[in-house]
Amino acid sequence: MNTILVIAQNTFRESVRDKVLYNLLFFAVLLVASSLIIGELSLNQEKLIIPRMGLSVMLFFGGLIAIFIGTGLVYKEIDKRTIYAMLAKPIGRGEFILGKFFGLGLTLLVNCLVMLSGILLSYAILSYNTDGSVAIAWALIPAGYLIFLQLLLIVAIGLLFSSFSSPALSITLSIIIYIIGSLSKDLPVFAQTIPFIITKYLALFLYYILPNFSNFNYITYVAQGNMIPLNDILTVTLYAVIYTTLLLVATIAIFQKRNFK
Amino acid sequence: MKTVIEIDNLCKDYMVGFWRPKPQRALNNLSLQVNEGEIFGFLGGNGAGKTTTLKILMTLMFPTSGSAKILGKSIDDLEMRKQIGYLPEAPYFYDYLTAKEFLDYCGKIFGLSNDARNRRINELLKLVDLDFAADRQLRKFSKGMLQRIGIAQALVNDPKIVFMDEPMSGLDPIGRREVREIIRSLREQGKTIFFSTHILSDVEVLCDRVAILRKGDLAGYGKLSELEGSRDATMEISVQGISNENLPHFCAKAQKVVQTASGLQIQIPDQSHIDEILLLVRKYDGKIISINPVKTALEDFFVKEKTSSLTKQALV
Ligand SMILES: Nc1ncnc2c1ncn2[C@@H]1O[C@H](COP(=O)(O)OP(=O)(O)OP(=O)(O)O)[C@@H](O)[C@H]1O
Ligand SMILES: [Mg+2]
Repeated sequence: MNTILVIAQNTFRESVRDKVLYNLLFFAVLLVASSLIIGELSLNQEKLIIPRMGLSVMLFFGGLIAIFIGTGLVYKEIDKRTIYAMLAKPIGRGEFILGKFFGLGLTLLVNCLVMLSGILLSYAILSYNTDGSVAIAWALIPAGYLIFLQLLLIVAIGLLFSSFSSPALSITLSIIIYIIGSLSKDLPVFAQTIPFIITKYLALFLYYILPNFSNFNYITYVAQGNMIPLNDILTVTLYAVIYTTLLLVATIAIFQKRNFK
Repeated sequence: MKTVIEIDNLCKDYMVGFWRPKPQRALNNLSLQVNEGEIFGFLGGNGAGKTTTLKILMTLMFPTSGSAKILGKSIDDLEMRKQIGYLPEAPYFYDYLTAKEFLDYCGKIFGLSNDARNRRINELLKLVDLDFAADRQLRKFSKGMLQRIGIAQALVNDPKIVFMDEPMSGLDPIGRREVREIIRSLREQGKTIFFSTHILSDVEVLCDRVAILRKGDLAGYGKLSELEGSRDATMEISVQGISNENLPHFCAKAQKVVQTASGLQIQIPDQSHIDEILLLVRKYDGKIISINPVKTALEDFFVKEKTSSLTKQALV
């Protein structure tokens, strides 16, 4: 357990020194600044843009980090040969994977918190001039949380792919899975329209096996001033935990057998 | 004497070829034992299988067959690995960390307390002469400096056994001497050192016992004195002040005579011919500059294709 924490800590430090977070910090500042400008215009409509745009940006940039850093997380260690000295130490291969996963998870958490604070701040600034609804502000927090869970799931997918394929292929596969997974709500409907039995079952198979990212998406819902039901939050959390755990178990199983030539 | 490393019939095949990968043997039935407290040299030319063996021992790779034990435990025992250290070949470490941070990270992995880590880091940085670069990022390290930090990280946990894959590579002459001193002092502390190299002089001055690997086969194994057969060594004698008309006398006795700017280089097949040459040098008013062994029997192990009779007799 201690080992996992130590590795996670170092992975976090790596991403901080990679200056990944600074780009995002910059973006959060930009968001706040632009809201000030919009605030000057004092249009009541515009303030609804902030939650929607903010959360979307949070998902998009978080997704980029999750996919690009997630797929390189372990690959880079092998490619740069930093893994040799480490795995000879009393570190189980499973602990190594988990440490890497939680380290990037921590990076994403910080990133989400910064972005969310930016969104809340700019929303507050806008609402100061107009009369914003406090309900939306509160609803932004669970929506941000669900985005964070979604990012963790994406990291786990990237990690699994990178445990047996090249980074370029892993990135491509992760993006494809993400896109299909985001559309997967429509897959059963789509399946009904397919005349060929095989493709129909393929669509259904994909629906059941691929992670369903639309489950996590409450951006529009929240931007309209709705609060996410607690029940939904719990169900989606459970879903994310189970799915992520399964992916990590598979990744570790593959990693255990690997030869580092 | 306690055996601390036990290698038993280790084989490793690499799969080579893209379409139809075929197994290619890199290590063939390697068996050897290393005793507690000795400096054990693992010799072999390029591609002999030294790194392969070490990676298997460090569980970075799995053997095709065979097994190994360290400190009486299976090699994948995590508790056992708290008691060993490993310096990889041409090491590379997290380049975004400073030397100090990296050693601190390693110390944390071993569960050392804050105090213990700080003390150990300072000791080690001094030991490998890197205190001047303690706060420099590893990406700004030279090759030799990386090698030094590699040695330091292998010693963080004060290990009982230290495995080193070519510890002297990339080091300047002073660095090599310092590493020799480090290895010697480790033995004085009762530690066991297992290191690979293809540099004979390092083995000659350091090792208690050696194993010699040739293309994956164990070609020799045992005490250096038993292996070496010092009488067989070719000797080179440098001489000055011999005039040209006397040259033929030397050519008759020697294996080879080379004229250089500073005088003559006379090669003789072994030590038993030294006296004859010395007599000749006196007779023709020459001056001896130096006498050196050129090709020791150890080097022959690298060069010869077949297992020599010497090797067989040296097998323990
Ligand atoms: N990843 C690999 N894939 C295929 N063959 C390999 C691989 N690594 C090593 N080999 C082969 O295994 C043999 C032993 O290699 P190894 O790296 O163990 O040699 P070495 O003794 O460490 O040599 P050096 O002194 O050059 O470091 C060589 O024939 C090499 O070609
Ligand atoms: Mg090697």
